[in-house]
Amino acid sequence: LKIIWGSLPKALRPPLWEPLLYMDAFCFVVCNLLAFVFQMVEKGTSLLKKLEMNVSEAEKRTGKNSVNMQETYTVYLIETRSHITGIYSGSDGSTPVPDMLWRRYSEFELLRTYLLVTYPFIIIPPLPEKRAEFVWHKLSADNLDPDFVERRRVGLENFLLRVASHPLLSNDKIFFLFLTDEKGWRDAVLETGFQDKVDSRLKSLSASFRVKNPDKRFTALKQYSDELNTAISQLLRIRARVADRLYGVYKVHGNYGRVFSEWSAIEKEMGDGLQSAGHHMDTYAASIDDILEEEEHYADQLKEYLFYTEAVRSVCRKHELIQYELEMAAQDLTYKKQQREELATGTVRVFSLKGMTSKLFGQESQEQREQKLMALEQDIKEGEELLKEKNQECHEFVQSAWKDIERFKEQKDRDLREALISYAIMQISMCKKGIQVWSNAKECFSKM
Amino acid sequence: MMSVGAPKGLPSSGQKPITEMIHPLSAVEEPLSPAPEVTVNAGGDKDTGLTNGTPVETSSPASVSSLFNRLQLDDDLDGDASTETRDLFVTVDDPKKHVSTMETYITYRVSTKTTRIEFDLPEYCVRRRYQDFDWLRIKLEDSQPTHLIPPLPEKFVMKGVVDRFSEEFVETRMKALDKFLKRVADHPVLSFNPHFNAFLTAKDLNKRQGLALLTKVGESVKYVAGGYKLRARPAEYASMGDYLDTFSGKLGTMDRIAQRIVKEQSEYLTELREYGTVYSSWAAVEEELQRPLEGVAGSVSTCCRALEDLSENISQDFLPVLREYVLYIESMKNVLRKRDQCQAEYEGRLEAAVLRRQEDRTPIPAEVEKCQDKVECFNADLKADWERWQRNKRQDFKQILTGMADKNISYYEKVSFFLIRSREELEGS
Repeated sequence: LKIIWGSLPKALRPPLWEPLLYMDAFCFVVCNLLAFVFQMVEKGTSLLKKLEMNVSEAEKRTGKNSVNMQETYTVYLIETRSHITGIYSGSDGSTPVPDMLWRRYSEFELLRTYLLVTYPFIIIPPLPEKRAEFVWHKLSADNLDPDFVERRRVGLENFLLRVASHPLLSNDKIFFLFLTDEKGWRDAVLETGFQDKVDSRLKSLSASFRVKNPDKRFTALKQYSDELNTAISQLLRIRARVADRLYGVYKVHGNYGRVFSEWSAIEKEMGDGLQSAGHHMDTYAASIDDILEEEEHYADQLKEYLFYTEAVRSVCRKHELIQYELEMAAQDLTYKKQQREELATGTVRVFSLKGMTSKLFGQESQEQREQKLMALEQDIKEGEELLKEKNQECHEFVQSAWKDIERFKEQKDRDLREALISYAIMQISMCKKGIQVWSNAKECFSKM
Repeated sequence: MMSVGAPKGLPSSGQKPITEMIHPLSAVEEPLSPAPEVTVNAGGDKDTGLTNGTPVETSSPASVSSLFNRLQLDDDLDGDASTETRDLFVTVDDPKKHVSTMETYITYRVSTKTTRIEFDLPEYCVRRRYQDFDWLRIKLEDSQPTHLIPPLPEKFVMKGVVDRFSEEFVETRMKALDKFLKRVADHPVLSFNPHFNAFLTAKDLNKRQGLALLTKVGESVKYVAGGYKLRARPAEYASMGDYLDTFSGKLGTMDRIAQRIVKEQSEYLTELREYGTVYSSWAAVEEELQRPLEGVAGSVSTCCRALEDLSENISQDFLPVLREYVLYIESMKNVLRKRDQCQAEYEGRLEAAVLRRQEDRTPIPAEVEKCQDKVECFNADLKADWERWQRNKRQDFKQILTGMADKNISYYEKVSFFLIRSREELEGS
């Protein structure tokens, strides 16, 4: 079945019915069904809402890289389960067929770059960080550290789920192939030629500076995005320092455990109470490890939105670029029209080399002038077409982008509120644990 | 084997101010720890003497009869253990700064309430400075060499490191001075010391200091003669010594741990404060999220305030007691050493006397017997004081450790209370 599925896209283009004549009826039906399904994907229905997915495992691999050197890297297992009618297994056809493949982080990056280029008006969900940042001292910054890998696994799954739940991105064919075609996906994504559409950094940077009439909403959004970025960066940095200090406070209490134990050895009546209290101090000191591990989840939620601000900035930059190109096209057209007027009336409004040379070396012949005028008219016509195009492009961009921005704002408010609530819950739990331990210790002291 | 030496003391009064302590003649009863057992010689001997009938030479002659009175008092109240048997109440409070051309110093008000006949009036109120307390301690040590004298807070403080006139420092010192006087007041022998009496009552202590100095000089020197070396410390005193050494070590460790905790908490507090402000500045750029973020900033502030309280408790209530006991241990070790010397003197004299008797049949002089009495008296006093000290220690440490636990519980309760309210707001809105 998989073989048929895999070969189908190519087989469909010029429909080759001959091979099917040699298959039995059952396969014939299935193949048609698959064809229908695939067409649906191409038409862009929200099929993928019915596709379950998760990143369930991570594994270390070693292999030769592009420069033929040995390297160790981690691969992640993506499991998908489709509820498309027809692709079911089991005698009663009740269990959906699971699909699974392995992907490494760089492949996720490639997918994301493709999405960024293909949907520049969409705020593309971010990937989990490439290298561990904002770490407090006990947390490893090593990419191969199992805790880091685990947190990355969760982040990658989150990325896939975000894309899959986006009304537009979820229907992307390349995204679907990423989830289902382990070997063929890379070629497919390169075939789209998206690399050619990448705007050069220089181009977008210069556009940012030179655009004259940026949309005020985008300017405000860019500013907000920068402010949010600053706020979350600061927060994460200080949170790491706070975690370090809190760790220190808890761990020092562990020393009480040892000294109480030693002291209890020389006491008669006080001995038992001291000894037990010492154990509670040890428990207290040990409890901080779990507490801080849980807090990393909160940090990860914040980090996602930190990286989201980059995606927002991307969209703003793209708008600036489009706006700039629009302005350039308009400016260019105006200039050409001016030239035509000059040529037609013979007046030299604007200083030009042509004007100077004609003054010095005599005017052109009527024939030459008419030729030039014709060429100019053609230019102007093309220019007007271009302006119309750019206007349309800009208008569409702003509309689509703004729709997505509104969606993003609501999502952000919702998600961050949830994150703050779960952070509060974590802190409350930490307090409860503290009260418990110290109450136990108090009881031991009272029995001294 | 003596059946009674110096009477065992009453339990320490702790740190209650004078107004809270119940007058022995008041109707309100207060539960006490079980009254110490005191056995009186059969026949109701008026002397607190040894079984062989020799009267004990104490250095507070005026106190013998009153000592017996106290014994009888204890006896009468044996059946009624809930009545307060104290008849001397001392409090230290009301610190005041005095500025003169020569120096600046603090005085404290020392208030006394008593029914004892050794005092002319039932109530006294005097002002004393640290110097005066120091004088008292020295006099007590000199005049009561067989007893454990409670410690005073540290005399010298490094200028520039600690502010001698800060509220915190004065408060801590005052509490320690109050404790010192209460311990002396509770001691069945020390409380009857005339220097103590003078300290509590004299309008102008300087004059009395002078007088007292003349009459009582060299008291301890007379009591224990040097030059004798003890061969072996008896097991029970050796184990006391060992205990004190180990315990002192543990106290030092705990002191370091507590200081470290205060330091870590202070650094945590610094970071927390910044953490709170970041949430506030983020809130300023948000709309929907403004209130939730301000809520978090509020939680962090609550945490900061609660943490300040906690650290303060360690510095002001916990550490001073640890340090006091280190000084107490030094005091006790001194007493043990003096006891050793006393015993050494006796054994030395005895040996010499026995040798002489062997040589020329000279009988053992009475001095040697007097030495034996001294040793036995010393041992009795020391053991009684040791027991009292152990009881006080147990109570004091129970109190500060329970206090430490309470403060920590209170910290978490304050923080979680605010957080729970915050969470409700977050989920509701």
